[in-house]
Amino acid sequence: MAQLTYREAIARGIAQEMRRDPSVVMLGEDVGAAGGVFKGTVGLLEEFGDVRVRDTPISEQAILGAAMGAAMTGLRPIAEIMFADFFAVCWDIVANEIAKSRYMTNGQLSFPLVIRSGNGGGLRFGAQHSQAVENWAMMIPGLKVVVPANALDVVGLMAASVRDNDPVIFLEAKGLYATKMEVPDGEIVDTLGSAKVVRKGTNATIVALGMMVPRALQAAEELAANGIDCTVVDVRSLVPLDTATILSEVSATGRLFTVEENPRLCGWGGELASIVAEELFYDLDGPIVRITTPHIPLPAADVLEDLAIPSVERIVTTVHKSMNS
Amino acid sequence: MATKEAKAPATLDLETRLHMYRTQVALRQFETRAYDLFLENYVKGTSHLSIGQEAIAAGVAEAMRPTDWTFATYRGHAHTLARGVPMTPVFAELMGRANGLMAGKGGSMHLTSVEHGVMGSYAIIGAHLPIACGAAWSAQYRGTDQVAVCFFGDGTTNIGAFHEALNFAVIWSLPVVFWCENNLWMEYTRTSEVTAVVNPAADRASAYGLESIIVDGNDADAVYQVACDAVELARAGGGPSLIEAKTYRHGGHSRADPGKYRPDEEIAEWMQRDPLPLYRTRLLEAGVAEEELAAIDESVRLEVELATEEAKAGPIPGEDLLLKDVWADGGAAWRN
Repeated sequence: MAQLTYREAIARGIAQEMRRDPSVVMLGEDVGAAGGVFKGTVGLLEEFGDVRVRDTPISEQAILGAAMGAAMTGLRPIAEIMFADFFAVCWDIVANEIAKSRYMTNGQLSFPLVIRSGNGGGLRFGAQHSQAVENWAMMIPGLKVVVPANALDVVGLMAASVRDNDPVIFLEAKGLYATKMEVPDGEIVDTLGSAKVVRKGTNATIVALGMMVPRALQAAEELAANGIDCTVVDVRSLVPLDTATILSEVSATGRLFTVEENPRLCGWGGELASIVAEELFYDLDGPIVRITTPHIPLPAADVLEDLAIPSVERIVTTVHKSMNS
Repeated sequence: MATKEAKAPATLDLETRLHMYRTQVALRQFETRAYDLFLENYVKGTSHLSIGQEAIAAGVAEAMRPTDWTFATYRGHAHTLARGVPMTPVFAELMGRANGLMAGKGGSMHLTSVEHGVMGSYAIIGAHLPIACGAAWSAQYRGTDQVAVCFFGDGTTNIGAFHEALNFAVIWSLPVVFWCENNLWMEYTRTSEVTAVVNPAADRASAYGLESIIVDGNDADAVYQVACDAVELARAGGGPSLIEAKTYRHGGHSRADPGKYRPDEEIAEWMQRDPLPLYRTRLLEAGVAEEELAAIDESVRLEVELATEEAKAGPIPGEDLLLKDVWADGGAAWRN
């Protein structure tokens, strides 16, 4: 058992899989000698060598195209797109090529690959290096979308993603890179499509993802002190989506609040609200409420960024107000 | 500029040349029939024919091993068939039948047959150049001697993915051959009017430290020899090549385009260079009997007739296909 940061957990998860399976290879900008701009791949070049851990030019289409071509011919590549905002320059490869080609070819081709990317805000990088794009990926048929919220889940979900035979968009919450927790020694393998109940309550269910999970948990503690006892569910995987766990937890409390870092329109909580409204309408004791980043590009200044991304305070205030109205 | 001119075909054996002849005849007759099937409304949607460009598909495929990989564009019928994919499933795919190459789920622009090394036809300009790099990387990493050959048009040389892929293939010394089919027209626009250089691919080669290679794309022998050089260079670990083949499509860009923007004299000039009669004449001059070539023509005609009927007789895709194969588990479920 060791204290591991979220960023160290990335290298731990990748190393675990690279030791197990020689078909696992890694590529991206600065992932090798530099150990990643977020230090997520430190030590991998040293352990696995430059044939398996490859630095690339600043060529996102080439990175993901190469990952796709390698995946369809027997490798299991892990590609890094440094900032998730950069998906916009290689979205054709993601959305048109990787996502559609199994279906178009009637199952002739498989794409067992993982695309890792630093996602979301909190680091004051401004609008082009901070957006949470999980909803971009979620809306494309053919992509799995995973967003771990702690170091243990990073290791286990990375392993599950590498072993999965479908393309997985693995979004790392940039605001959590420095967070630490105890992670057991030995092999850790999690399951895609399984949400986790991280707090049990009786009055309301808060569903959160990525960097919003620790905020939702802290908000739940503060709400409990005010007499509102909340369940908190960590979604962990948008596709596949563990609706069974979420519906069960919402049914138990009769209320659903989503906490989303993505901008408001077409955020993942909208889909969740739709599912709950259709399938659980008569179990609800009040409106479904979404707590999201406003529909704006993210500002750089710390004060403004903090106002934009759902905070513990905003979660507490919103839940409190809605539960007492 | 160093360019490779068409060499005398002296080193080619007759068997190879007769096979390339048959391939070209098959591609011409297939595409002609595909066009007729549009007019008869058996084929819906769009399609992009290779009539006039058959020598490239035939010559390059001849230079490849069965284990090598082809990456084609939406103008991909010819490259798919040239690798040995039978006509029936290709016609059936065009017609949206369940006996199609992809059971009707891909259509004309996405022909794929992994068992023949046809690793897909890609309909977003430039996308498959980096993907071909990935396959080549996989061959290099796994220590197989497979080579990826990636076909694209002149218009592709102006999109970013072309340049990303060229640089990437060179720095990793990947076994990939980039093959530009320059048919002079980028959809409805003359390529020279929107391109900074005269030879859209060959003139860019030096930017990536590659040899500038131009070949007569209407001469199957010349194509074959240049392709052999490039494929074997890649197989031997010599890295990528970029080849520009000059050619001409006899028809428009796609089904909807009669191609009327092209001057009559240009069309007439290129019809004089139609690869099929040129090749036929060359074989006759080399001593092949007219009867032998006529027998090939007739066997292809029968093949096209049979394949057309088999495709037409194919079943309509069942509803079970709709939600099949989004995921590796064979299904489409995104939730539990």
